[in-house]
Amino acid sequence: MLGPHGAFILASYAAMALIVGGLIVASILDHRAQLRALADLEGRGVRRRGGDEA
Amino acid sequence: MWTKLANPSVFLRWSGAALPWLVALTLGLLAVGLYKSLLLAPADYQQGETVRIMFIHVPAAWLALFFYSTMAASAIGTLVWRHPLADVSQRAAAPIGAAFTLACLVTGALWGKPMWGTYWVWDARLTSVLVLFLMYCGVLALWRTIEDPSRAARAVSILTLVGFVNVPIVKFSVDWWNTLHQPASVFRLDGPTIHPSMLHPLLVMAVAFTLLAVTLHLQRMRTEILRRRVRTLTILEAERLDRRAAA
Repeated sequence: MLGPHGAFILASYAAMALIVGGLIVASILDHRAQLRALADLEGRGVRRRGGDEA
Repeated sequence: MWTKLANPSVFLRWSGAALPWLVALTLGLLAVGLYKSLLLAPADYQQGETVRIMFIHVPAAWLALFFYSTMAASAIGTLVWRHPLADVSQRAAAPIGAAFTLACLVTGALWGKPMWGTYWVWDARLTSVLVLFLMYCGVLALWRTIEDPSRAARAVSILTLVGFVNVPIVKFSVDWWNTLHQPASVFRLDGPTIHPSMLHPLLVMAVAFTLLAVTLHLQRMRTEILRRRVRTLTILEAERLDRRAAA
């Protein structure tokens, strides 16, 4: 179906899926880790003095 | 209005509401794009079925340049206005740009082997894209080197702006030098040179990948804001423990 160079086409789509998929998974895991760390600190009663600075 | 939307707390609110819609739109467009790219688009008269690699290679190349330009705009925001969200945007954009540049290099090499007979040649386009990838790596490494976030932001912004000189070189390398890589075939003054049966899948995939990248950028910006809040709270807790120990 993909001709004589099908392996190259499949490898390209697989590489893209791997790179973008890895980026998505890393982003989700990082976000969850920050949410956990924030909840942990706030759970121990640590609060910001105020303001919205990043 | 922009100042209000760029307030970190307001940004967290509106981006949180927008993300589910962006994810749904991205998935829908990706499904349509993959269907058109892999099943509907005809084989090219010269490249044969290998043309299907172009439907992911070209959007990756565009996004590699787009995200470096986004980083450069954010760098100006950091250096001139010192807006906290500009630095957050720059830091969130770097891994996404690096990933798409890597994807561009890998898919390009996998297209090159059957079409050119080689995975790699040191021509101006390929080499300048490799330099772009190394610039992304340098920016990411510099962030890890400097602990103080505001000092890191300024240093990275300067490096980003110096590296921006490579962006027009990547874009116009095929015009300025004699390269094995083909010249632009979509964004041309005399219009695209691609047949609509291949142009449509390419444009759908380009929009889908752009939406995916924007969604990831917003998500990573939210994470970066949380990371800075965690850092602030950690410092506050350390100060509180110091005061308690001293009392």
